[in-house]
Amino acid sequence: MTRRSWIGWQFTGPFLAVFALVFLAPIGYSAYLSVYRTQLVGGTAFVGIDNYTKALSDPQFWEAITRVALFLLVQVPVMLILALLIALAIDSGRLYGASFFRISVFLPYAVPSVVAALMWGFMYGTNFGLIGNINEALGTAIPNPLAPEWILTAIGNIVTWEFIGYNMIILYSGLKVVDTSLYEAAAIDGAGEWRIIRAIKLPALRGPIVVATIFSIVGSFQLFNEPQILDSLAPNSITTYFTPNIYAYQLSFAGQQVNYSATIALIMGVTTMVIAYLFQRRSMKGAGS
Amino acid sequence: MTAPTIRPAARAPKAGKKKNSRSLSLTAVTAIAVVYTLLPLFWLVVSATKSQEKLFDSFGLWFANDFSLFDNIADTFAYQDGIFGRWLLNTLVYVVIGAGGATLLASLAGYGLAKFDFIGRKAVFAIVLGGIAVPPTVLAVPTFLMFAKLGLTDTAWAIIIPSLVSPFGLYLMWTYATEAVPKEILESARVDGSGEFRTFFSLALPLLAPGAVTVLLFNIVATWNNFFLPLIMLKDSELYPLTLGLYTWSRQANTVGGEVVFNLVVTGALITIIPLITAFLLLQRYWQSGLSAGSVKQ
Amino acid sequence: MGITRRRALIGAALSVTLMAAGCSSSDSDSEGTEAAATTVTDADVEAALQKGGSLTVWAWDTTIKPVSEAFMKKYPNVKINVVNAGTGNDQYTALQNAITAGTGIPDVAQIEYFALPQFALAKSVVDLNTFGAKSLDGTFTPGTWNNVHSGEAIYGFPIDSGPMALFYNKEVFDKHKIAVPTTWEEYATAAETLHKADAKSYITSDSGDAGFTTSLIWQAGGKPYTVDGTNLTINFADDAGSQKFATTWQKMIDAKVFSPAVGWTDEWFKGLADGSIASLVTGAWMPSNLEGSAAAGKGKWRVAPMPQWETGGKATAESGGSSLAIPEKSENKNIAYGFLKYAAVTEGVQMRIDNGAFPATTKELAAPEFLNKEFEYFGGQKINEILSASASEVVTGWNYLPFQVYANSIYGDTVGKAYLGQSTLAEGLKAWQDSSVKYGTEQGFTVK
Repeated sequence: MTRRSWIGWQFTGPFLAVFALVFLAPIGYSAYLSVYRTQLVGGTAFVGIDNYTKALSDPQFWEAITRVALFLLVQVPVMLILALLIALAIDSGRLYGASFFRISVFLPYAVPSVVAALMWGFMYGTNFGLIGNINEALGTAIPNPLAPEWILTAIGNIVTWEFIGYNMIILYSGLKVVDTSLYEAAAIDGAGEWRIIRAIKLPALRGPIVVATIFSIVGSFQLFNEPQILDSLAPNSITTYFTPNIYAYQLSFAGQQVNYSATIALIMGVTTMVIAYLFQRRSMKGAGS
Repeated sequence: MTAPTIRPAARAPKAGKKKNSRSLSLTAVTAIAVVYTLLPLFWLVVSATKSQEKLFDSFGLWFANDFSLFDNIADTFAYQDGIFGRWLLNTLVYVVIGAGGATLLASLAGYGLAKFDFIGRKAVFAIVLGGIAVPPTVLAVPTFLMFAKLGLTDTAWAIIIPSLVSPFGLYLMWTYATEAVPKEILESARVDGSGEFRTFFSLALPLLAPGAVTVLLFNIVATWNNFFLPLIMLKDSELYPLTLGLYTWSRQANTVGGEVVFNLVVTGALITIIPLITAFLLLQRYWQSGLSAGSVKQ
Repeated sequence: MGITRRRALIGAALSVTLMAAGCSSSDSDSEGTEAAATTVTDADVEAALQKGGSLTVWAWDTTIKPVSEAFMKKYPNVKINVVNAGTGNDQYTALQNAITAGTGIPDVAQIEYFALPQFALAKSVVDLNTFGAKSLDGTFTPGTWNNVHSGEAIYGFPIDSGPMALFYNKEVFDKHKIAVPTTWEEYATAAETLHKADAKSYITSDSGDAGFTTSLIWQAGGKPYTVDGTNLTINFADDAGSQKFATTWQKMIDAKVFSPAVGWTDEWFKGLADGSIASLVTGAWMPSNLEGSAAAGKGKWRVAPMPQWETGGKATAESGGSSLAIPEKSENKNIAYGFLKYAAVTEGVQMRIDNGAFPATTKELAAPEFLNKEFEYFGGQKINEILSASASEVVTGWNYLPFQVYANSIYGDTVGKAYLGQSTLAEGLKAWQDSSVKYGTEQGFTVK
C-alpha cells in the first residue's frame, strides 16, 4: 500500500468504522435472524428461506407495500410539483418580498415530524379541533380527515407540509446556478417567461429533481412517525400493517416475531435501494450525460 | 455511473441581472403557499397561549380571553420536577455531539475520498450510496439487539453513535470537496512539508466551510427530530430527547391517575421548534449561500 | 401502531388457569402449576432490607413513587429508582426487549393481569412461593389472587383491581328524563332516547376497545378463550356470551348512538367534562381519572351497578388492574420482595388508596372508612359501596390468552372494522379469532 493510499484510509476510516457498526452490522445481523424462527413454544429453529417465501405471500405485507406505493405515486408528484412552482415563482424575480416567501415556505422543515403529527392531529379533530371549529363557524361539512377513506390523504398532507419547503430550497438552489446569460439571450430572441422555463430552467433542474425524488421515494417507503402518532386518534383507520415499517415494528415488538420482522425489513431495504437506483439510472440516461 | 453532484458556485451573482417587473397577482398566488405553511405554526402559537380548558372551548385560530402563555411555559418547565428542561438539555447534547461529530466525520471522509486515490475507494462509494437508500427504521430492531449485547441501550451512546453517521452528508462533502479544494494548494502544502491532517484543518477545512455548514444544519435537523431510535433504545425518561418526552406526555392521560396535559404538550411543542427555527433564521445567510454555492447540479 | 394501541388498562383478570405458564418449550407439562419450595424466609428479606441495596422499579402508576419514598425512609439503606418505561403495552415491549437482550432488566415491574401469563409462560418472572407467598392466601380478593396464579405458582402481587360499574352524568340523564339503566336492553334504549333528544349527546363513546369487548363478553358468561397448558381454544363464533354481546352492541353501532371520540384522547376527556359523553361502563379505577381530567364534571357524575344481561342479574367483570412482579434476572430479589410486600400488602396499600388507587386487598375493601368515604366529585355519593359490591360479583372462570398483548394489538385490524361499518361485529370477532388462531399456531401452541 502506498503512503497516499494509507492516508486516504486514515481520513475515511473513522466514518467507515461507525458506518460498519450502525449500518453494516445490523444488516448482517438481520440477514442472520431472517433464516431462523423463534416460537413462544418450541424455541428457535433454522428455517432457511421460509420467512422470505412467507413474506412474499403475506397479504398484509402486500397491502402495506401497495399503500406506500400509492402514497409514493400521488403524494410525491403533488409535493414536488408544488415545490417546483414555488421555486420558479421565487426565482422569477417578480415577487414582492421574495426572501420572506423563501424562508416562510421552508420553516416547517424545522418542525420535528413528531411535533408536526401531534399538531395536525389536534387540528384534524372534528369535534373540538380546528376542523370542528371551521365546520361550526362556516357551516361547512369537511369530512373527518381521520376516517379510513381520508387517513392516507391526511397523512399525505402532513408529509407535504413538512417537506415542501425542503424540496423547494433544493430546486431553488438549482435554479440559482443557471447562467443568467442564457436568460438574456432568450430574452433577446423574444422568448416569453414560459418558454424560458420550459427551454432553460426545467432542463437545468433535472439533477435536483432527481435528487429530490430519490429522497422522497426513500422517505415514502420509510413512512412511520406520522401514522404512528395518529394511531391513538384513529385506531381503526390505521392498522398494524399500515406501512411496511409499521408492520415490521408491530411484528417485532408486539408479536415477538423478530425473525420475520427482520425479513420484512431486509426486503424493504433492498426494494427501496433497487427502486431508487433504477430511477436514478433511468433519469440520468435520458439526460445523455 | 452518473450521480448528481454538488458544485461550488457556478455563477457569481451578477450585478446586471435583468430586472423583472414585480407582479402582484403572482405574489398573491404564492401567498397561498405561505398561508399553508405558516397557518399550522400560527395555530401552535395561539394554542400555546391557552389553558387546558380553553384549548377545547375556543376557536383554534384566535386567542382566547385568558392569556396563559407564561403560565403554560412555567408549568411546562415545572411539571414532573422540571423534566422538560432536562429533555431540552439532552437534546442539545445529542445535537452537539451527534450532528457535530457526524459533520466532522463526513468532512474528513469526504475529503479523503475526493483527494486521495486509494484501493477500495470504489467499493466505499457503492456501499455508502446503498446506505443512503436503507431506511434507518429498518435497522432499528437489529441495532437494538446488538446494542443491548454491548450494554449500550438506555445510555446516551445509543442515541449518539447512530447519529454520527450520515451517508448523505458524506456524499455532499465528497462532491463538494472535489470541486472546492484545488489540487495545487494541497501540492504546495506538501512541498512545504505540512502533514496531511494539518493541511486538512488549516487549508482545506476553511474552503469546505459552506458545504460543512449546510451538512451540519441538515444533521442538526435530523438529530433534533430523532424519534424512532430513542423510542426503542431508551427507558429512562432522564435520557429522553424532547420529541420522545412530548410523545409520552401526549400519551400519559391513558393511565390511572394520569393527568391530561395537552396544554403542556402544545406549549412544549412550541418550545421544541423555537431553537431550530431561530437557528435557521439566524444562519440564513450561511446555509442559503452554502446551498446555492454548493447547489445540487448534475 | 399496534404496540401502543389502545389502553391496556382495560385488560383484566385472567382467572384460575394461568397454566400455560408451565409449558414453555423446555419444561415438562405440569411443572409451572406446582408451587416452588420456600427457600427465603421473612427474616432473610428483613436482613436484606437492613443491609440495603438498590432497586429499579418499572411502573407507570403514579401512586408507586410516593410509596417508594416512604419505603426508603423506613429502610434508609435501600435506594429505589422508579422508572416510567411506558404505559401498559409500551412497557411490556420494553420489558420483553430487555429480557431478550439479557440486560437492563428491572428488579420490579408493574404488569397488568392480562399480560402476566406472557411473562409467566417464559418463566421471565419469579414464582413468589420461593418467599412463602402462599401464606398470603385470603389477603387479596379471590379474583385478583387468581389473576396472579398459575396453578400453584404465584407470579405477582395484585396492587389494584377494576371491578366494573356504570359511571353516568346525572345532570344529563335527569335533563332528558332518562332512568338509570339496569340492563343492557335499557341501556340501548336510553342511548337512543338521549341521542334523539340532543344530537350532540351520546350515552358513551366506543370506537372499539379489546379490553372493553372482552370484559363485556366475560360479564355475559362467555368463554371464548380456554387455556390448558399449550392447548388453547379461541372461539367467539360459537360462544353464547360473545354472540349476546355482538347482537346487542351491533344494534347500538347501527343506530349510531356512540360518540366518535376515541377513548383517552383530548376530545374524549372534553366530552366527559361537558356532558356530551354521558356515561361510561368501566373499572373502579376510573374516579381519580374523572376528577383529574374531566374536572368540569364535578358534582354531576354518579355511580350505579353495571347494567346486566339478565333482568335482576348480579354479574360483573373486571376491567384492568395490575400486579407487581419480580423479573427472574433481578439481582436483588430479596429486597424486591420486601418492596412488593410493602406496596401490595402492608403500609403502601393505604397510601395508594389515598392517592386514588382502587385496592385489591379484602381488608381495605371492607374497611368502614373506605366504604363510607363520600366523594365530592360524585355529589357526595359513597361510591365505594357499589364498587366494592361489584368486586364480589365478578363472574368466575374467565381466561386470557398467553399472548393476549398481541391479540389485543390486532383488535383494531379486525373487530375495529365493525365500528367503521365495514363489517358486522360478529364478522369482526370471527376475523379476530382467525388471526389469533393463526398467530397461536405459528408460535407453537395447539389451537382449536
